[in-house]
Amino acid sequence: MDLSFNAEERAFQSEVRSFIARNLTEEMKRATALTPSVFSDPDIGMAWQRALHANGWGAPGWPVEYGGPAWTPAQRWIFETECARAGVPNVNVMGVKMVGPVIIGFGSPEQKNFYLPRILSGEDYWCQGYSEPGSGSDLSSLKTRAVRDGDDYIINGTKIWTTHAHHANRMFALVRTNDGPRQQDGISFILIDMKTPGITTRPILTIGGDHEVNQVFFDDVRVPVANRVGEEGKGWTYGKYLLEFERGSGIASAKLREGLKAIADLAESDLTGRAIDSPDIAARISEVEVDIDALEMTELRVLSALQTGQNPGAVSSILKLRNSEIRQAVTRLGVDVIGHDALAVEPMRPLYKLNHEPATPEEMLTVVPEYLNGRAYTIFGGTSEIQRDIIAKMMLGI
Amino acid sequence: MDLNLSDEQKLLRESAERFVAGSYDADHRRKMANDPLGFSPAVWKQFAELGWLALPIPEEFDGLGGGAIDIGILMEAFGRGLVSEPYVATVVLGAGLIARCGTTEQKQASLPKVADGSLKLAFAHSERAARFDLAKVATSATKTAQGWRLSGSKIAVLDGHAADEIIVSALIHDHHGPSGRIGLFVLPATADGLAMSDYARLGGGRACNLELADVHLPEDALLGDGHDALPAIEWAVDRTMAALGAEAVGIMQTLLETTLDYTKIRKQFGRPLSANQVIRHRLADMAMQVDEARSMALRAALKVDSPPTERARAASGAKAKIGKCARFVGEQSIQLHGGMGVTEELEVGAYFKRLVAFDTLFGGSAHHYARHAELGRRA
Repeated sequence: MDLSFNAEERAFQSEVRSFIARNLTEEMKRATALTPSVFSDPDIGMAWQRALHANGWGAPGWPVEYGGPAWTPAQRWIFETECARAGVPNVNVMGVKMVGPVIIGFGSPEQKNFYLPRILSGEDYWCQGYSEPGSGSDLSSLKTRAVRDGDDYIINGTKIWTTHAHHANRMFALVRTNDGPRQQDGISFILIDMKTPGITTRPILTIGGDHEVNQVFFDDVRVPVANRVGEEGKGWTYGKYLLEFERGSGIASAKLREGLKAIADLAESDLTGRAIDSPDIAARISEVEVDIDALEMTELRVLSALQTGQNPGAVSSILKLRNSEIRQAVTRLGVDVIGHDALAVEPMRPLYKLNHEPATPEEMLTVVPEYLNGRAYTIFGGTSEIQRDIIAKMMLGI
Repeated sequence: MDLNLSDEQKLLRESAERFVAGSYDADHRRKMANDPLGFSPAVWKQFAELGWLALPIPEEFDGLGGGAIDIGILMEAFGRGLVSEPYVATVVLGAGLIARCGTTEQKQASLPKVADGSLKLAFAHSERAARFDLAKVATSATKTAQGWRLSGSKIAVLDGHAADEIIVSALIHDHHGPSGRIGLFVLPATADGLAMSDYARLGGGRACNLELADVHLPEDALLGDGHDALPAIEWAVDRTMAALGAEAVGIMQTLLETTLDYTKIRKQFGRPLSANQVIRHRLADMAMQVDEARSMALRAALKVDSPPTERARAASGAKAKIGKCARFVGEQSIQLHGGMGVTEELEVGAYFKRLVAFDTLFGGSAHHYARHAELGRRA
């Protein structure tokens, strides 16, 4: 057993570092640090996607024939870790990490040829149409209906919690095409152009003050049948495949560590009257750091298993659960560290383009919004309760 | 970067698991709990034959030169069977300190005998007034014309009753008075002036308190050359915490499996306990914490030879986190067994007690989070 990297991996690490040094501008870095929502705004995130794509790194997890870089699991680890350390923007994961793998796995040759290059280049910006007002954890009860009319489907219904629907030009959605004996049957996976007539988007403000999610309405929206991925009625299978990617693709510990470091820096600063001098705060910082250490080791164990072709199994639910819980612990700690400054929450967005002097130092601007928005981590992508159900079923067999 | 076991390590794990499954059952454990020795000399002999006593000892002293990962593999299997042989006291602590601090002659005199099973050791360091502070030693070692004179009290000496020789830490007093240096002294268990009161340790095995009243020792009883032994003590305790962490993982894994089986069989309201979501989620949390503990034990083992601060933070982090997980998994195992979990009729309690002992040994979670924080302070 060995935690250290070999010569090739160290060379790759240098390559990633010099790529970041060449391409990450101060403006992107500041904008990323001052983003209190889950995703970067598209102008920042897509600029980074274009830089990655120009270097052949637009889609780290894709097979090489579709433009992936054919990295080993260790290389992916190094890449993600270096990106987190440097504070690079979040790219549009709904494209690269979510719909991309589904199109690669189940799409037609025409769909692959059309969509995949546009995801890589950043030309297309995707959003995810899964949840509905009446279908959250019980996702397969979804009611948005697609009725066949010649070579088209006509879609009626509504989707909710649609991240960046107001920026996206495309949506992948689960819609009901048939009423099967089980509610999981009769669901299809459809790609929708957001400019199609009949689609309206309503913004939803989160408690942190950010416009990140939306509700999307479909009124007699006509979508070609050719936009269906895979077979009619098999959408649930494809959707679950995608959710496993969403949960398991996480190399999350490096980002958590940077988040904690920002809080620890504040705690050691005069800006907070050196909050760290309180033994309670110091011990809690250590407690969260140790939790991150544990998550990192679990990620590395999974990575080692992947390198030898083993299947990590339900551990993706453990990673999702722990990542979300630790992230919340980091943001909770942040609020406690900044003390009275937690009262002054800046309402203007984006925080990196304020045209007035905020009430708190810049380092504190995201702390409370991140804590408030961060409550969503244990809800989206399958709530913690659903993850525990999965662990009980898949790992423990009950 | 590779965290997969080597082929040799897989074999070690298989043989350790097979041995524990074959030699340790409830009857054996009950017998050992009531035995004045607390372990089986026959089993100890088998440990020697299997090469486990030689495992971490350097090859030039008849050992196998194994590392902390190998010890962790063995300890995890020991945890699954609640093994009560004095492995930690003799091999991890005792032989570890001699290998680190001893002169070549001292190593030659002791280590091959540990490896072949003919010498058992113990380490007497803790004192009541020191709590978990490894640097605080009141026991004194005064230089005499013939050698050394030791006086003081020690508590919680793991398996001291079984040891042929006991390594005692003491503050060195030279002709100027207290030197500020801690020395490690090797005492025969039969030394004049040494009084021992031993007891059955919580969770299995034994421990003892020592009274040293003017114990006279020869010059060469001091391990090494008289440099301050505190860094070596910290090193040995960090390694021991990594090993005990792996043992705790084995104990927790057994408790998880036992509890899972029980909730599938036990029926109330006409259905198995495991059909209830509140029970399923509790078990999912237990499984998650066992997994986190496994990651931390591995991490501590991988970092035992790192620079002191990194090593100590990894060891304290692991001790704190695994202790917290152990209390949760242990307490919930009893809870989910209902009234039966609180009785001596099941073994859940015995496994739980070993976890409580683990959490307490060398300091609990609060102590180690504080040590982790202190060591992490940037100037």
